[in-house]
Amino acid sequence: MKKRPVNEMKLTLPALPENEAVARGCVSQFVSRADPTVTELADIRCAVSEAVTNSVVHAYGNTPGLIYINARLYEDGRLTVQITDRGCGIPDVALAMTPLYTTDSGGERSGMGFAIMQSFTDGLKVSSRVGGGTRVFMEKYLKRQP
Amino acid sequence: MDMLTFSEKNGELTAKISGELDHFLASDVRGRIDDMMARKMPSALILDISGVTFMDSSGLGLIMGRYTACKSRGASFRLHGADSRAMKILELAGLSGVIQTGSTAKGGV
Ligand SMILES: Nc1ncnc2c1ncn2[C@@H]1O[C@H](COP(=O)(O)OP(=O)(O)O)[C@@H](O)[C@H]1O
Ligand SMILES: [Mg+2]
Repeated sequence: MKKRPVNEMKLTLPALPENEAVARGCVSQFVSRADPTVTELADIRCAVSEAVTNSVVHAYGNTPGLIYINARLYEDGRLTVQITDRGCGIPDVALAMTPLYTTDSGGERSGMGFAIMQSFTDGLKVSSRVGGGTRVFMEKYLKRQP
Repeated sequence: MDMLTFSEKNGELTAKISGELDHFLASDVRGRIDDMMARKMPSALILDISGVTFMDSSGLGLIMGRYTACKSRGASFRLHGADSRAMKILELAGLSGVIQTGSTAKGGV
C-alpha cells in the first residue's frame, strides 16, 4: 500500500540561472518543516541545485523552457523530489551519469552533477527521452528527531 | 554587494568570492577573474572561498577551470577557505590531493 504524503509542493519556474537559487531555497524551506539535520538540509540543497542547473544549462539551449519541481514529504521522514524538464533529453543516461562526464566543451563544467546527486541522496532515478525531456527523481530519508 | 573582490601581495593575486557559488555566480566571476589574471600576470592565483555559503558542482567547475588555466600559463594555484562541504565535493571529484588547499587566506590582505 502506498502512503500518501503529509505535505507536498509543486513549483514551476522558467529555466533561468537566477532560478537555481530560488528552486533550492524553496525546497529547503519546504523540508525545514520536517526538522532535518544541518547535513541533510545541505545535501538536499546541493542535490536540487544540481538537477535544476542541468535543466537550465543543458536542456533548452538558448530557447525558453520550464522546470517542474514536485517535492513530497511522507510521515516516516521520506522526502522525494522530482525535477522535470521538456528539453532536449539525454541519449545515454548511464554514460551521462559517469563521474566527470560532461558534454560541455568550454572546460567550465565539472561533470560531477549526477555524482553529487547520487552521493547526497538515498536514491536517484533518471529517465530521459531525446527530444522529450528529462526527469530526475531523488529521495532522502530524514532521520526523525527524538 | 560585489561577490568578487581582488587583492595583490608579493606578485600573487587573491580573488575572494562570497555568497552562493552556483552556476549563476560562477558564470559572473569566471570572466572577471580571467581578465584580472591576464592584466596582472601574477605568479600565483589564490581563490579564497571562505565567504562562500553554498557550493555545488558549478563552483567545482570554476575551481577546476582556474586550476587548469593557471597550470597552462605557468602560475601556481591555491584554494583557501574551503569548508567541509566544499572539501567533500573536491574529494568526490578526486581533487582534494591535487589542488593545494589552506584554511585561511594567507596570501590576502
Ligand atoms: N536536464 C538535462 N537535459 C539534457 N542533458 C542533460 C541534462 N542533465 C544532464 N545532462 C547531460 O548529462 C551530462 C552530465 O551532467 P552532470 O553530471 O550534471 O555534469 P555537467 O552538468 O557538469 O556537464 C551533461 O553534460 C549533459 O550532457
Ligand atoms: Mg550538471
